[in-house]
Amino acid sequence: MNVTRRQTFVIGAGAVAFATLGASITPALSASDTEKIIADFIGGKEPVSGKVKLKTPEIAENGNTVPISFTVDSPMTEDNYVASVLVVAAGNPFPPVATFNFSAMSGKAEASTRIRLATTQDILAYAKMNDGSVFLDKKNVKVTIGGCGG
Amino acid sequence: MAKDKVKPRVKVPKKAAKGDVITIKTLISHKMETGRRKDRKTGEFIPRKIINHFKAEYNGAEVFSANLEPSVSANPYFKFSVKVMESGTFKFTWTDDDGSVYTSEKKIAVQ
Repeated sequence: MNVTRRQTFVIGAGAVAFATLGASITPALSASDTEKIIADFIGGKEPVSGKVKLKTPEIAENGNTVPISFTVDSPMTEDNYVASVLVVAAGNPFPPVATFNFSAMSGKAEASTRIRLATTQDILAYAKMNDGSVFLDKKNVKVTIGGCGG
Repeated sequence: MAKDKVKPRVKVPKKAAKGDVITIKTLISHKMETGRRKDRKTGEFIPRKIINHFKAEYNGAEVFSANLEPSVSANPYFKFSVKVMESGTFKFTWTDDDGSVYTSEKKIAVQ
């Protein structure tokens, strides 16, 4: 019952409901805003799959804390390192999750954190190298109980 | 809400060999109020209050940082790596939406 309601919320009236309810505080980000954030991050490059590896659980029972981690294949030297990684949860009311900035001193381009997921959705990780090239990985996570209030 | 204590916890190895890539874990207790949750009694939205930035510096140079959005879980946790070449001090800084800054420092001896 709960799930049906959430699904209806997200798929059907989602956009409208969020727009009216959340008007004054943190409004849901529209698809075009999200696209713009991603476009700004990748800077006109076409993301290629490979190098970045996203690790997520296949099924998240509790959407409030979903552990995710990623690694990017890079030597991490002064002239060849991962500049930053953008994690996007496409199905959240506010899809951009976090941007991680690395430096040549990071040694390894990897990080773990915990995120909120509103519903079953794709998680995307964009990794930007210091030369501007962008790599992408995508994982689907099934969420039993959503974690974004609502 | 004012009584919520924000307490950073950091795990850094005490010793390392030169050139080692060490793993650092950080956790800070924080509600990460998304701004989309409603107060059950009044039905009004609880204003957004999250940690929006995290930064790790090593001897003054930024080695890792992250911009956080409301989709990061409560009590934001990070695990990341740093390559250490010399002894020094790590400084971790969390910035709150309300302007508060929480910091923590750890020393490491590198041989």
